[in-house]
Amino acid sequence: MLSKNDVARVAHLARIDLTEDELKLFARQLESIVQFIDKLKELDVSSIRPASHTPALKNVLRPDTIKDSLSKEAVLENAPKSLKGHFLVPKVIE
Amino acid sequence: MEYEAVIGLEVHAQLKTRTKAFCGCLTEFGAPANTQACPVCLGFPGSLPVFNEKALEYGMRAALALHCQVQGFTKFDRKNYFYPDLPKNYQISQYGLPLASGGFLEIEIAGAKKRIGIIRAHLEEDAGKLIHEEDNSLVDYNRAGVPLLEIVSAPEIYSPDEAYEYLASLKAILKYLEVCDCDMEKGSLRCDANVSLRMPGAKELGIKAELKNMNSFKAVRDALNYELKRQKEVLESGGSMRQETRLWDESAGKTRPMRSKEEAMDYRYFPEPDLPPFVLSDEEIKTIRAGLPELPAALKQRFISQYGLNSYDAGVLTSEKPLAEFFEACLRLYPRAKAVCNWISGPLSYELNSRNAGIESLKLEPEMLVRLIKLVDEGALSNLAAKALLTEMLNSGRPADELMQEKDLAQVSDRKALDELLDKVIADNPGSVRDYNSGKANALMFLLGQAMRLSKGRANPKLIGEMLKKKL
Repeated sequence: MLSKNDVARVAHLARIDLTEDELKLFARQLESIVQFIDKLKELDVSSIRPASHTPALKNVLRPDTIKDSLSKEAVLENAPKSLKGHFLVPKVIE
Repeated sequence: MEYEAVIGLEVHAQLKTRTKAFCGCLTEFGAPANTQACPVCLGFPGSLPVFNEKALEYGMRAALALHCQVQGFTKFDRKNYFYPDLPKNYQISQYGLPLASGGFLEIEIAGAKKRIGIIRAHLEEDAGKLIHEEDNSLVDYNRAGVPLLEIVSAPEIYSPDEAYEYLASLKAILKYLEVCDCDMEKGSLRCDANVSLRMPGAKELGIKAELKNMNSFKAVRDALNYELKRQKEVLESGGSMRQETRLWDESAGKTRPMRSKEEAMDYRYFPEPDLPPFVLSDEEIKTIRAGLPELPAALKQRFISQYGLNSYDAGVLTSEKPLAEFFEACLRLYPRAKAVCNWISGPLSYELNSRNAGIESLKLEPEMLVRLIKLVDEGALSNLAAKALLTEMLNSGRPADELMQEKDLAQVSDRKALDELLDKVIADNPGSVRDYNSGKANALMFLLGQAMRLSKGRANPKLIGEMLKKKL
């Protein structure tokens, strides 16, 4: 059974703020999704290789050639704040 | 109680591509902040990463040189976490199906060879650079998306000295492969260390600390020495270790705990949907393997057996690939291995060290050094004068003959000139002559020294030795 705490933990990892009501709602909804997945687990897939990707593509590579970068101004345009050509963020301590 | 140290190293090697892992931005070090970034490495919506074929090739080269098994099927995953140096809020890395696994690296410790296991080598992208100021942090995304190969050793390193040797050997291999610059100061090689203590003979590992922020091989060794001492003290005073990440503080010579995370990291890896998997055929792997150069350990052995060098000299000559190539280029012109070796491992290495330069950055062609050695061997130049001339050659990039004339350094072997020189020495030092004739052999050395001084070091020492004895 998926608890409200499980939902709160996952929400925190994704930095999503949920209200008390939402936690309850999503716990219920996620529980039914997880149950559905559990049903799939009943199948014997021991002879099938896990699929990581759906398109039938492989070995997509590019040559090591230069393409223009954005201008510094364009890069910093989306920064909430910038200083001396850098993105400025609240102090993060390691 | 003597505990046993157990160390594992995680090395991040920046692959030497011109452009980033998943976009065409330059990887050049030292560019102005945020001038090497684009929608892909900044993680803009709608952008599509495509992997750099050179990064794959370089990763495979390194993995194969480390005796790893390159996997026939490999893919990228997203490692999810929030930190401002990571513009996408996930790092493209490899989790379940890394590029390669199960290799080893051979080191030499106290004259004995030891194999250290490599658990895995996987491809990933670098994060941006953070600069911490008083109240804020500044972010530069030039480094975000630069290709890295993370090489994880088995916990089979048992001393800080072994760790140092492991790093030195790894660096030599990566440089020979020309897949990484291995400049720790520029961050193109980085190392984290996991270290713990256990009772001798215990099977289980003790609780480890992860050490970060070491900016040189020496710093890695120093940090490990400090940390082992610290852990020993904690255990001996009855305390217990807790798993934590500690930062090496170079100026204080100590490790200190990083702010502890309230919860264990949960990266929620999942397959990177934007990057299809890679299927590497045996054929492709074989081709890469066939293209591997002779690696430093093998080259050293060959120099010992083929040219009769001792282990030390062979080690010096193979420390850098360009130096080894220079040595062999000289030998093709002048096959006196011992003489060429002595010149390279002696005077030339001294010059390189004092200039903090590699042979490839100097204007010295193999022909030029060989000419200098020949002049000495033919007696046209004394050893001492030749060393001075080498310095001049490296300063100016000009050939030996030209400088020898100009500086008037040619060795004097002309008997008539030496005859006059010795006559003057004898006339000036009657006391020493008497001493010699009354049986004091030392007096001869003094007289020869006077002759050398008078000739400004140019007199042929062998010749004046013979001539002086006859005269007395």
